[in-house]
Amino acid sequence: MYGRKVKLRFLFIFIILTTLILTVFLILKSLEENVIYFQSPTDIKKLSDIYKKKIRVGGMVKKNSVSISANELKFIISDFKNEIIVTYSGAVPNLFEEEKGVVAEGYLKDKNFFLATKILAKHDENYMPPEVKEALEEK
Amino acid sequence: MLSSSIGYYALILGLISSLFLIYFCILNFRDHKYLNTKILSFTFFQFLFVITSFISLIVSFALSDFSNETVFNNSHTTKPIFYKIAGVWGNHEGSLLLWLLVLTLFTLIFLLKTKEQPLKYRILTILFQQIIIIGFFIFIIKTSSPFNYIFPTPKEGLGLNPILQDPILAIHPPILYLGYVGSSIIFSSALAATVLSFINNNWAFHIKKWVLASWIFLTLGILLGSVWAYYELGWGGFWFWDPVENVSLMPWLALTTLLHCILVLQKRSILTSWVIILSISTFTLSMCGTFLVRSGILNSVHTFANDPERGIFILIFLFSLIILSIIIFFFFHKRNESENESFFWLSKETAILMNNWFMMYFLSVVLIGTVYPIFLDVITSEKISVGPPFYHKLIIPFLVPFLIFMAIGPKLRWIKSNFDNKLNLIFVLFFSILISFLIVKNFDVNFLINLTIISGALYLFFITIRDFFIKKNKNNSQKIAHFGFSLLILSIMFNNIFSSEIITNLKVGEILETSNTKITFNEVNQKNEKNYKSIIGSFTIETKNEKTEKFKPELRIYNQPITITSEADIKTTLVSDKFMTINVVQNQDYFNVRYQVKPFMIWIWLSVILISVGGLVSFFKKEYEK
Repeated sequence: MYGRKVKLRFLFIFIILTTLILTVFLILKSLEENVIYFQSPTDIKKLSDIYKKKIRVGGMVKKNSVSISANELKFIISDFKNEIIVTYSGAVPNLFEEEKGVVAEGYLKDKNFFLATKILAKHDENYMPPEVKEALEEK
Repeated sequence: MLSSSIGYYALILGLISSLFLIYFCILNFRDHKYLNTKILSFTFFQFLFVITSFISLIVSFALSDFSNETVFNNSHTTKPIFYKIAGVWGNHEGSLLLWLLVLTLFTLIFLLKTKEQPLKYRILTILFQQIIIIGFFIFIIKTSSPFNYIFPTPKEGLGLNPILQDPILAIHPPILYLGYVGSSIIFSSALAATVLSFINNNWAFHIKKWVLASWIFLTLGILLGSVWAYYELGWGGFWFWDPVENVSLMPWLALTTLLHCILVLQKRSILTSWVIILSISTFTLSMCGTFLVRSGILNSVHTFANDPERGIFILIFLFSLIILSIIIFFFFHKRNESENESFFWLSKETAILMNNWFMMYFLSVVLIGTVYPIFLDVITSEKISVGPPFYHKLIIPFLVPFLIFMAIGPKLRWIKSNFDNKLNLIFVLFFSILISFLIVKNFDVNFLINLTIISGALYLFFITIRDFFIKKNKNNSQKIAHFGFSLLILSIMFNNIFSSEIITNLKVGEILETSNTKITFNEVNQKNEKNYKSIIGSFTIETKNEKTEKFKPELRIYNQPITITSEADIKTTLVSDKFMTINVVQNQDYFNVRYQVKPFMIWIWLSVILISVGGLVSFFKKEYEK
């Protein structure tokens, strides 16, 4: 039959292949679980049922919609077609302003309420979430 | 006006000298007795042209010459002179010119420092290097010239993004580029050595210095970016697994792996294919990073302009380089007949190889996490992001064996090792598990994960400390770098476990009391500076067992462009950082206040510095060729 060296080499290749397959499987599985989807208020309106997973909502902060109290910040994200009310308690980034782009991360309560756990900092004052840009261009 | 023209024509001359260089290289390659002095002088001229071009851009910035489009877009007369100059590389065009400058500088240094190497190898390396240089020349001149005119000349510039106006960020790009561009020399030299079948221990000995130099710069460059993000972005974290950070981590991982492979190549003349592949991938990953960041695919502070033409150019250039290197690898790389590829299972090279596999795994995790959202966006136009849990889940389980190999590996001997005198290693392992058990059990955290990682890191920590007192092991650079790494993991873990934060909205005069902290918002002051207005909050914080401390976090409202940034007030001690930021929300009375206690923060920075000191020690160590 085969010599010892050939057998060893087969074993080696076999081990490498299985670890490779296992690794790829592990990475893809973990990707599936930990991916955060980005949705616009219009996307959310179209949903048939509500996500339980964490998502990101992006759009413009509606004019005169921001209100703040000791432990909560409330505002409306709009993509010029639909709106969603967001409540948030936590640190607010510098570039958070009315009529500017915003991305909030958190959980949906229902189609009109969003409980944000994080508001993402954007580095650029001209930044706009891609959906909002598209919506603006359509207008 | 004048300096822009000088800069532009100097660039054209630089490109022309590239063509001359290629011609002379090919000529000199055929008759190979001594180096044609014209090659050296043209390399020198090329460097001179590029530095002239660079200096003229600096002059345009310093004099606020707004007839230059780049200056107009990124500068302003009220900006301090320091940031006027730093603004040169704070934008797309200027930063590419810096790339090119470093590229030509390194090519010149390479030519000067390799006099003992075979002539054919030197010429071929210069040839490959010139291919890269020409690519960058054409890229700059064609798609992103920093010397475009605007007519009529505007009176005032648009200003530099204020969060970039920071001393650390002024030196972050040059340092990072030294690392990135250093890998281009490794790339060209590996290709040249492959063509000439020169991948052996002599080559490893000489290229090791280059690998070390770019590794040190890359490490420091990443550190600077991380420190900046910590205090300037106001989130109090040091690593966010943001795609922009990941693209700098990937070449670092490849380069670290290469650094270890080179050692094996130098000592045992094995792992040649590994070394070539890693040299190629380090540079490609650096280029990839430039592509992803510069093309506007990743949205971040590094994205200056979304010009699809630029992205396509870099992509085509990148693919031609990859194809070129693959062809060279498959056609020219022959395995050494004498190469004894047998590995004994218990030896230093096996340990290094094992950890290389781990590093490659970490690299692929980061690569997939960074690239997958982009692909999904292109294919299905679905927008997703991959968050920290993905990376933590996939990297943390493999960190523990990685740490243990890092501790044991250096203790093993080359070729074949045995178990003699290894009992104390097991004793240290039990000791570290015991200590981490005592630490972790008092805290309400995930027991198993924290216990194993802290044990692993402590194990490496104790083993390396013990090594400092044993004279037998003379490899100081390895000891320092590995010790630094254990310290890094430990400080990150402790930082994670012991961190606490309070986020609240307060009006002036209000007091917030929690179980052990009392925050008083005393007053708000305003101050006018040359190019910004600042709002300074004044807080007193009382904790049960410490003295009262005053914090003065600041908000800056820059006038050009109008941007608000917060300047955190950070009180750093050896034990912990206290970090406070404020923010206004829509001109209402409430201030958004964030107070964090971050233990061992300074140790994270120090340990990364230690890691690079390890590289530095190795760089200056005198070694003699066998």
